[in-house]
This record gives sequence, structure tokens and C-alpha cells, in this order.
Amino acid sequence: MAQLIIPTPLRKYTENAATFNTDSITIEQAIEELTTEYPDVKQHLLDGSGKIRSFIKVFVGEEDIRSLAGEQTELKDSDVVSIVPAIAGGTYDLLLTTHD
Amino acid sequence: MQEIHLSKEELARYSRHIIIPEFNIEGQKKLKAAKVLVIGTGGLGSPMLLYLAAAGVGTIGIVDFDVVDDSNLQRQVLYSVKDVGRPKVEAAKERILGLNPHINVIAYNEHLSSKNALDIFKDYDVVADGTDNFPTRYLVNDACVLTGIPNVYASIFRFDGQVSVFNYNNGPNYRDLYPEPPPPGLVPSCAEGGVLGVLPGIIGSLQANEVIKVITGIGETLSGRLFAFDALNFSTKIFKIGKDKSNPLTGENATIKELIDYQQFCGIVPEQKQEGLKEITVQELKQKFDSKEDFQLIDVREKHEYDFVNLGGELIPLNTVLDNVNKFSRDKPVVVHCKGGVRSAKAIQALEEKGFTNLYNLKGGIVAYAKEVDESLPVY
Repeated sequence: MAQLIIPTPLRKYTENAATFNTDSITIEQAIEELTTEYPDVKQHLLDGSGKIRSFIKVFVGEEDIRSLAGEQTELKDSDVVSIVPAIAGGTYDLLLTTHD
Repeated sequence: MQEIHLSKEELARYSRHIIIPEFNIEGQKKLKAAKVLVIGTGGLGSPMLLYLAAAGVGTIGIVDFDVVDDSNLQRQVLYSVKDVGRPKVEAAKERILGLNPHINVIAYNEHLSSKNALDIFKDYDVVADGTDNFPTRYLVNDACVLTGIPNVYASIFRFDGQVSVFNYNNGPNYRDLYPEPPPPGLVPSCAEGGVLGVLPGIIGSLQANEVIKVITGIGETLSGRLFAFDALNFSTKIFKIGKDKSNPLTGENATIKELIDYQQFCGIVPEQKQEGLKEITVQELKQKFDSKEDFQLIDVREKHEYDFVNLGGELIPLNTVLDNVNKFSRDKPVVVHCKGGVRSAKAIQALEEKGFTNLYNLKGGIVAYAKEVDESLPVY
């Protein structure tokens, strides 16, 4: 069973779950399983065409899935999948100071 | 290169560096010869500047346009109570020169922008990015690539920290890691943000360590790797970062040859006064309270903000407004407020599409009320 690590900014959409265990065969299926379990997280992870958003990196172990087989990367039992979003700073937000 | 000389006082001061075999006097001379530009003198910049100054980096440039605020002191350890209200670069310069008078500090009390970045960067050997927003992240990255300067990167959010070294020895840059920033609106707003005060201390110190490694050439930098730290469960991870062939700056068909409009790139449009938005000032709100006028006050912030300070309004967080339309009165004036006036304007816009005509935005939000009407209220 592979394990997905949910980053803290997204945990509010996963009922604070920090990890998600999956028997899915590929990254794509694992993320589909995650977003079925926690529908609110979907729009934060995937764009309109169902692709992983460009400000979110997915790593299997220490390898970027882009250097593997992308979303079709196959998962092994002991794999740890890290979802790592871009973060910008602590003073304000993930966005910018123009937001209130 | 000009011969670097260390005085007797400097040799004594840096003796704990000099006696490390891998570092020795050559490393110390490299530090003295180095010019490092630190972007942002906040949470990350504070420990970084203290350690870089203490370590003996010969020339340190600091860029920030902000002034020291009470709410900075929770994590920005460069500053003291007496600095509140002062320009950060001025207070920072004084503090680090007090720590080490053998260095040269150049303060840029200005906004880093596409207009001034290349001009400022060209005089430095290393840039250390400790900013707090995406447009400046991409600006710093692109300016480093265009000027050929390594970018020692660190970023924090709540309990998470990231560190890397970009554009170093032909390694990847920030756009190889994250091609695009999150679009506005998809990510938590500042009100839901925040940061554990000690986190920038940890991450900014690691960033200073990478700066020193880049300057001296000792050890193995984080070039091509992303360090990620989660302070909550103390997990540390290192991920590999490869080059992206489609990188618009350094990829096969690079299209970016000069600095661009980074606000626009990050989807941020200049704040415009919403067409037809009715506003009231904090003084007018006070009059309504004083004259016991019949009106409804709605607070669209989050509960933890409301618990921190409130004006007694009904709490309906912005993202629940459309589920609670029936709680907004249609037959008396409704004043809607948030922290600064942006979220409440969004709420009003959404409600006016549902036919409301009796909604008023509190200009400047609860912060303006606390500053201009009731100074006993805390601000955040």
C-alpha cells in the first residue's frame, strides 16, 4: 500500500488527514481515489482538464513524477508520494499583500 | 581578484571559522570578498542577515520597502520595540553593523520591481530570496537568471519551509520547479495564513548556510534539490529538481528574454474600486452605533479572526455567504465588513447579483475602525 502525504495547506480539505493510503496502481488513480474520498481537495490539486496543477509538485520518494512517467507513474507498495505545493511567504498568504 | 586582507581584529573575530580545516582563512577571505543581496528583511531575512553579518560577508545589500510593525516582532528577530515605525532596512542596517562593524551594508529602501531589479542585482555575487509573495519570487528568479547570479531560495508557510539553490553551476531555477504560481483565489487568503514564529528562524538559518556554501565552495549545496521541512511532525525531505525543457526562461524554446510584469503573470490585477459599490467610513459606522440606528452588521472574516477581535457583528465567513443569503436583511441597511475591505466587497458583489441593494462596505474594515475610532481594539 502506497502512502500519499497531504501538505498542510491542503489538509483543511481532507478533514485534517495528513496521509492517505492507497492500493491504486498509478499516481493518476491514487489522486482520483483521494479526490473521491475528499471532493473539496479536487479543485486545489487538479485543473479543469484533470491535470495536476502547475504549482503543485508530486514526488515518488525523492523523484519528480515528471522525470518518471508523469501521472501514469506506477506505484509500488512501499512508495511514499509527496504532494508539494508552491509556498511564497509567511507574512501574508500564499498569494499577495493586495489581498486583505 | 583584489588581495583580501584580514586585520588582527578580524582574525580574532573569525577564529572559529579559520580553525575549521575545510573552511580556513581562504574561506574567510572569500566571505569578506563576497557581495550578497538579501531580498526581504522579514522572518527569513532576520536570521539570515544576522548570521551573514556575523560570519563576515564583506558586502551585504538589503532590499525592503516596509516599516517595522508590532506584528513583525513575533518572528523578525532583527528588530526591537524601539524600531516599530522605522524603515526596516534602516533598522536592519543599524542592527547588523552593531553586530559586525567590519562589513559594508547597503540599504535599498524600495520595492523590488522589474524596473530596478537588474540594476541592483548586477553589483552582487549571490542573491538570497526571503520575500513573501509570488510576483517577487518570479521576479527574483528571472532577474538572477538574466544576470547569471545564483539565487539561494527559501520560503515558508505556517509550519512548512522550503530551501533550495537555483541558477547555480548550470543547475535548475525556480521555474523548473514551479512553472506557474497559484492563481489568486484558489489558495488560502492571508486571513487563513500565518506562520509559526520560530519557523523562519530555522529556515532562514539554513538559507544563510547555503549562501555561505555558495560563496566559499565548500560542501554540497542544494542546487538541483529541494529541501522541505514540516515543523509540525518534524519531517524533513529532500526532493530532486530537474530542468524543465519547457521552461520559458531557460528551456528549449525560451521566450522570456527580459523582465516581465510579475503582478500580471501572477494573475493579480490592480485593485479597482468596484463599480457602484456603496461604502461607509468607520466614522459613519460609529455614528450609526452612537445613534442606535437600526441596521445590520455582518462580519465576513473567519471565526479565529472574529474571536481575536470583532465589532459585535454577525459572523458569516465569506465562503459561506451564499449559503446564508437569508440571514442578510433586505429591509434595512446592512454594513458588511472584514479585516481591510476586500473580502466584504467580494461578499457584496456576490449578494448584489442576488438582488440586494441595501449593502454597504466598511471602508478599511475592522483595522481602520481600530486605528481611527477605537484604539483599544487590537489589530492584526
